[in-house]
This record gives sequence, structure tokens and C-alpha cells, in this order.
Amino acid sequence: MMMEKVLVAKNINKYFMEPARFQVLKDISFDVNKGEFLSIVGKSGCGKSTLLYLLSTMDTDYEGKIEMKGTLLTGKTQNELAAFRNKNLGFVFQFHYLLPEFTALQNVMLPGLRLGEYSAKEVEERAYEKLSLLDMQDFALKKSSKLSGGQQQRVAIARALINDPAIIMGDEPTGNLDNTNSGIVFDIFKDLAASMGQTIIAVTHDADFAKRSDRIIEMSDGKIVSGV
Amino acid sequence: MWFNRINLQIARTHLFAKKKQTAIASLGVTFGIAMFVLMISVMTGVNKLLEETQLTSTPHVRIYRDIGHERPSLLSAFNPGERNWNLVHHQKPKDEPLNLRNGLLIARSLEANPNVLGVSPQVSSQVFFNYGPAQLSGMLVGVDMEKEDRLYSVRSKVKSGSLEALMASNDGILMGKGLADKMQVKAGDKVTVTTPKGEVVLLRVIGTFQMGIGAIDNLRCYTSLQTVQKILQENTRYITDIHVKLNDLSLATPLAKEWQDRFAYRAEDWETANATILVSFTIRNIMTGVVVMTLLVVAGFGIYNIMNMTVYDKMKDIAILKATGFQGKDIVGIFISQSAFIGLIGALLGLIIGYVLSWLVSQAPFDGGEFLSIDKFPVNMDPKFYVFGLVFGILTTLLAGYFPSRKASKIDPVAILRG
Ligand SMILES: Nc1ncnc2c1ncn2[C@@H]1O[C@H](COP(=O)(O)OP(=O)(O)OP(=O)(O)O)[C@@H](O)[C@H]1O
Ligand SMILES: [Mg+2]
Repeated sequence: MMMEKVLVAKNINKYFMEPARFQVLKDISFDVNKGEFLSIVGKSGCGKSTLLYLLSTMDTDYEGKIEMKGTLLTGKTQNELAAFRNKNLGFVFQFHYLLPEFTALQNVMLPGLRLGEYSAKEVEERAYEKLSLLDMQDFALKKSSKLSGGQQQRVAIARALINDPAIIMGDEPTGNLDNTNSGIVFDIFKDLAASMGQTIIAVTHDADFAKRSDRIIEMSDGKIVSGV
Repeated sequence: MWFNRINLQIARTHLFAKKKQTAIASLGVTFGIAMFVLMISVMTGVNKLLEETQLTSTPHVRIYRDIGHERPSLLSAFNPGERNWNLVHHQKPKDEPLNLRNGLLIARSLEANPNVLGVSPQVSSQVFFNYGPAQLSGMLVGVDMEKEDRLYSVRSKVKSGSLEALMASNDGILMGKGLADKMQVKAGDKVTVTTPKGEVVLLRVIGTFQMGIGAIDNLRCYTSLQTVQKILQENTRYITDIHVKLNDLSLATPLAKEWQDRFAYRAEDWETANATILVSFTIRNIMTGVVVMTLLVVAGFGIYNIMNMTVYDKMKDIAILKATGFQGKDIVGIFISQSAFIGLIGALLGLIIGYVLSWLVSQAPFDGGEFLSIDKFPVNMDPKFYVFGLVFGILTTLLAGYFPSRKASKIDPVAILRG
């Protein structure tokens, strides 16, 4: 059976110029299939976050090509990329960045409101649904800056899910969670991949989490050493 | 697209989540605008008062006979030619009359001109007032008081007595307050006047007036045309000056020129007559301009800085919004609406505070002394300044919100989040 490729990365090189010129990513190429649950592992500082930022289109300063859902994203304008992210990408940062002055519910709703495919009322219902999935419904109306680290991370995951994106990327999405909640998040991802055909790409230090996913890509010193 | 509901809602949350910061940013605008309003009101108030006192008592055009018009000497008339040398020392004018022939006719024809607001034909004569052994010089001006009043609103300048009493009497004078004080005369007193021809007449002071200009109040006495004509032993058509006020001040120069050619008498416009005063007005206006410009630049930079900080403070939010799919124009829209709010609230408050401060200054007692007849500080509360202040405040704030947010909307979100 022919697998549909949802993400193609070709010959990615990335340099940091400060403090000295330094190559973080070295000729990285790999594909991800639709509905796949992929883990990226590797030592701290090997370039996992850097790679994920490139894939998420939030960093456009690189060499090589990135294609998603059959569209070449390399070279697109900021506005086009923002529109693409809004519809097709959900991202969970390593340090769960939420808007501090907004409630958990508002944080989850904003990308949905921006997309404008549902009415405000429906977006709110959907946001409650996503928050409930992560057992955060009781904190919906709390300011996000008043939540604990793990709670913020779960709100960030709910926000990544709000527009039913084709690809969900997480930079250690369970890094701040206890075993129970880690398990819940893993099950959610697994279910989204299996039943909804959404693709999951997660950077993780959790060996158990990685082992239970569909595929593991291992990085070392800016290169992929296994899993392509 | 820029100001859709989500963007406005985000802007509102930002504004109200940090009320203190919003208040401080607005107060920055308020301060600048209030200072601007106060400064410009006070400075132009002083300028305007000085200009008005000078100009209201000056005719826009004055027509009179210029004594000693250049005239070829008789000798050169009879013995012309380049080669002939004619030496005439200290040539004096003939004994010519000082009056304007057909003065009343000229006045009547000027009155028909649509550009003319009012015409006042008058007879003025240098006189001496006998004050004990001393003789004080003065100017006796015979006017048709109704016409003179239309030009200079004499009625509002009357300090004692009344115009009606002046018009009813045939030997009454309305004396400048400075002169009256010097001679210690009051309404009802009689004064002895010596005319240029040496005649001595007795006139009755029926009141005093004050224009607010020393040069007039210390010299001038108003009386009727007939009274002066009688004193000078001239007929009832004897007119020495015609004062004209125009609807449009700026027409004075061309019209004066035209009339001088037409009537063959000297027609002097107010600018020529007040050249030195005008120079001081110009200098004062330039100074006002410089001060106000400086103030606006300083206020503008203050506003710009505060808005810049407000936007940079939200840099991380901008990155997060962009990461989750908000576009550049959304970001700009969010911050422009915040700027608009801060600018509007700040500027309006600034206008109110500026108004209150200007009002307080305008209530401050101020003694104009001999020169100016005012008792409060002059303040010019021109609505123009308020419109300008509002527009300037909002525009600066908008720009100060626009530029940094547009810059932020263009960089990769990760560049901000990574620090
Ligand atoms: N903005 C930057 N400028 C310069 N060097 C950077 C920058 N960001 C990251 N690096 C360097 O690039 C390398 C890769 O960083 P990256 O954050 O991708 O590591 P990582 O694999 O995600 O590590 P961890 O598991 O600790 O999150 C590191 O050596 C880091 O020091
Ligand atoms: Mg990392």
C-alpha cells in the first residue's frame, strides 16, 4: 500500500552565526507519512528543537527544502506561512508559551477564531472539548499565567489541537507532566494518528514514550543517525 | 480585515489586563498635549492682544495731504537743462491748505466700495492745553462720532461720560484718559485750548476714553467735526484725514495704492504706518513658532517612546500569536487599535487638562499698566489648537504603535521566542 507523504525534508542545513559560525543541522533529509506518530530523540543540544522550529515554518533561516501536504513551504512569505500554520499545524513549545493575560479557554480559542471556520460559539464548545480531553476543563476560565507548569503545557496541547491540524508538532510535550498525564497525552496522540489520520512529530527525552510511538528518529550532533 | 473582532478583542484584553501601564502610556500623551495647549494658548494670547490693541486703533488706510510734496523749484522750472546749475537752499512749501479738497465726496465714494467696512472723515489739529503755567500738547480730532465708533468702537472705550452727550454738545470733548489724568480734569470741567493759529478757546470735557495705547490716550481728544472746524475758522467741508477700515486687512496695501493714484493725496496703509510694530510682531510670532515646535517634538518623542515600550513589552505575545497563525496585518491591527485607544484617551484628557490650565491662567490677575487696559492675563483659547492637539496626539501615537508592530510582525516568531 502506497503511503501518502505529509512532510518531506530535503538536505536541511542550518547555521548559527553567533557567537561563532556553527553548523547546528547537517544535511538532514527524511519523510513523514500521513497518520504516522514519529518521535525524535537525541542528546541535549544535538539540534532537535532547532529542527522542529524549521519544520514548523517558524524559522525560515535555513538551506534545503521543506514540503508539507504537497506544498513547498521554503521561500513562502511570512503571511502565507502564518496562514498555513493556522490551518495545518499545531505546535507545542518546549517551554509552553501561552498568552499570559488571557484565560486558558481564550488561549485555546484564539487560533480557532483566527481560522474562522466555525462560529465563536462553536469554537468555544470545541475548545472546552479539547480542554476536557486533557482534564483541564475546570481551569478554563483561569488566567494562563496563574496555572502550574504542567497545566500550562496541557493548555498548550489543547491549543495545538483546536483546528484539527494535519500535523501536530511537540517539543517535549510531556516534559512537565507526571506519568498519568503523560500517559493521557500519549493516548490522545496515538488516537489522533490512528483514527483521525493526523500526523504527530514529537521530540522527547522519555524513552518509554518514544518506544511506544510508530517510528523513532535519532539525532546526534546535528545529524540523523537512525530512523530514516 | 485589520480590525476584525478577534484582533479588537485581543487589543482590549491587552489594554485592560495591564491597566496601570495603559494609564501611564495615556498620561504620557496627556502631558504632551496639555503642555502644548497651554503654551500655545498663552503665547498666542499675548501676541494676539498686543496685535489687536495696536491694530484696532489704527486705520487700515489713512488718506491725508502730505505737506512738502517734492515740487521742482521755480528756478529750475524757468531755467531747465542739464548744463544749468540751479542752487536752491531749504525750499519750503507754499502756504498751502492742510485739508483734502472734496474730502467728504471722497469719503462718500469710498463708502460705496464693497471692500470697505467703514469710513470716518475727520479734522485733526495739533493743540496745546493750558495747564497752569504749562502747556500740554494734544491732538484735537473732530469726527462724526457714529462713523468713528463703527471703526474703533469708541463706545466700548469710554471710561466716563457718554457719546450721546458728546454729540449733543457743541463745545464738548472726549479726552484720552492719560491726558485727563495728567491734567487732573473730570467730566464737566472746562479746559483752555490754544490752536496752531494762536486762538484760545474754552472747551468742556464731557468724558474720557481709553484705547489701551499710551500714544493715543495721552494725546487725543475727540470732538465733533463742527467744533474743530469752528475753532480753526474753516468751513463745514474742511476735512484733513479720512480713516478707512476694510473687511479684509490684506487688501490695505493694494487699495491704498489705487486710492493714492485716484485721489492724488497720500494714502497710507497700516503696514507702512506701523512698520516697526509689525517687525516686533513677526519676531514674536517666530519665537512662538519655535517654542511650540520644540514642545511638539519633545512631546512627540515622549509619546513615541512610551508606545514603543508598550509594543516591545508584548514581543513574546506577538511571537506566540504568529506561531499560532496570526498574520502580520493582524499584529499591526491589534497594536494600532491599542495605540488609537491610548492616543484618543490621552489626547482628550490632555485637551481637558490643557483647557483647565489655560482657563486658570486666564483668570490670573494681571496689571497691564499704562500701556494695556487689561486686568486678567490674556489667553487665546482658539478651538483650532484643540483640533490640532487631538490630531497630533492620535497621529503620533498611531505611528508610534504602527512602526514597531510592523517590524515585529515581519520577523520569524522563533527569533523572538529564542530571545
Ligand atoms: N539562538 C542560538 N544561537 C546560537 N546557538 C544556538 C541558538 N539556539 C541553540 N543554539 C545551539 O544549537 C544547538 C542545538 O540547540 P537545540 O535547542 O536545537 O538543542 P536540543 O536538541 O533541542 O536540546 P535539548 O534537548 O536540551 O532541548 C545547541 O548547541 C545550542 O547551544
Ligand atoms: Mg530542545
